Amino acid sequence: MSNAATSNGKRKYVPKRNWAGTIAYILLAAYLLYVLTLFDINLQRMYVGIDRGAEFIGRMMPPNFERYALLIEGMLESLQIAVIATTVGVILSLPVGFLAARNLMPAWVTWPARAIIVACRSFHPVIVAILFVKAVGFGALAGSMALVVASIGFISKLFAEAIEEISLKQIEAIRATGAPFSSVITYGVLPQVMGRFIGFISYQLDSNLRNSTMVGIVGAGGIGGTLFAAFQRFDYDFVSAILISIIAVIMVAEGVNNIMRKLYR
Amino acid sequence: MTQLATASEPHNQANTSGSLVLKNLVMEYVPGVPVLSGISLELEAKGITAIIGPSGTGKSTLIRCINRLVDPTSGDIFFKGQNLAKLKGRQLRYARRHIGMVFQEYNLLERLSVMENVLSGRLGYVSAFRAWLRKFSPEDIDKAFELLEQVGMADFANQRADALSGGQRQRVAIARALMQSPDILLADEPTSSLDPKTSVEILDLMTEQARLRHIPVVINIHDVSLAKRFADRIVGMSAGKVVFDGPPEDLQNDHLKTIYGGEDWLS
Repeated sequence: MSNAATSNGKRKYVPKRNWAGTIAYILLAAYLLYVLTLFDINLQRMYVGIDRGAEFIGRMMPPNFERYALLIEGMLESLQIAVIATTVGVILSLPVGFLAARNLMPAWVTWPARAIIVACRSFHPVIVAILFVKAVGFGALAGSMALVVASIGFISKLFAEAIEEISLKQIEAIRATGAPFSSVITYGVLPQVMGRFIGFISYQLDSNLRNSTMVGIVGAGGIGGTLFAAFQRFDYDFVSAILISIIAVIMVAEGVNNIMRKLYR
Repeated sequence: MTQLATASEPHNQANTSGSLVLKNLVMEYVPGVPVLSGISLELEAKGITAIIGPSGTGKSTLIRCINRLVDPTSGDIFFKGQNLAKLKGRQLRYARRHIGMVFQEYNLLERLSVMENVLSGRLGYVSAFRAWLRKFSPEDIDKAFELLEQVGMADFANQRADALSGGQRQRVAIARALMQSPDILLADEPTSSLDPKTSVEILDLMTEQARLRHIPVVINIHDVSLAKRFADRIVGMSAGKVVFDGPPEDLQNDHLKTIYGGEDWLS
């Protein structure tokens, strides 16, 4: 019965075909083809599109930095939103992350903490920003609060996971000295996770910086508002100036991030 | 069985001396499957007691029940006039401060310095806030240096613990345990991760320091010859029960057969 051995004693190996997997791939390919037809892609549209694209890019060139005061003001506001959101987000994430770590806390504590994390992660920052704009009005406060929520959702989860991976031996040793619970945390837990925490924080700063250029589109402060206004007034040369500035800022942040990570290795 | 002569008044005796009395200690991780099935032992306030027995027989559980890293299911543990098995919260922490412990895999704070590791032995005495700021008293710091000197690690005070070899780590771990000014020293397989020469050095150090301080030591140990060489008393465990209890000279091959089972390995 087995396909591993044949009658002449030689063993043969025949890999088993995964029929369920094969059928799933065929269905996926069919669905992709169907979706493509919905887009109504044809040569004529492509021809017109390329034409328009060329004109659009032509109007973006050369970038126009004349309104640099507006640009710098918006950029600084975005930076401030990112820094404040990261700082406040980290401060709030530390307790949430600890409470969500299943190796330190009982289930009745980790479940509410995990619910908070899931709630914070459920919505895209722009959706949260719309809510805060409605709640506290237009401006950087709404954007900062939206990114605080996003930061909590992201960093608390990573904090909790890092804590769940630590060696319990060090905790056992500190408990054996009769140390209070808070000292068990500062000696047994924190030194083991601090390096990774710094990594998460610098990653979140990076992510908040990118998101802070976007929440302005819904009126929550930062360069995004300026960008959106420039788009709507067809000031494409100013748009390209803003885009170039954003790229430059993100690149600088990347460099700062790398330095930060090296310092805390 | 001379110890039993004083067992008529265990409580009284426990009040006046540092002896450790275990009474009918039972521990079940899974209900109905005892790892320790009724251990009763009386250990004097001095000397080295080695607990031998096959893997999985409850030696580590027994030693962890004493300082309550593991909670016994039932039974009593009398030490220094207290029933350790019944303590909770702060009282338990205060009792743990006087029980030093050394682990098989050293359990050092890998990313902290040797000095911080030794000072962590004082964490039971220092407020959490001062501990966080690393504000230990000058006496503690002097004592830590003195202990590092005694275990031969003074030159390594500022090194990170993860840069040390196994033997060096266990020396630091011993200094940390002594930093607690313990009334008893527990050691869970302290030499199982070390080479034979280092094992002897570590046991030498531990027993010598304990004798200097007149405190008893309870060691779980795999190596029967090391147990015989260092211990004043050997307790043999098998399947969660004490099957031998006596001085090392009394431990014969017949006992080892009872403890570990089989005999081919004894030849």
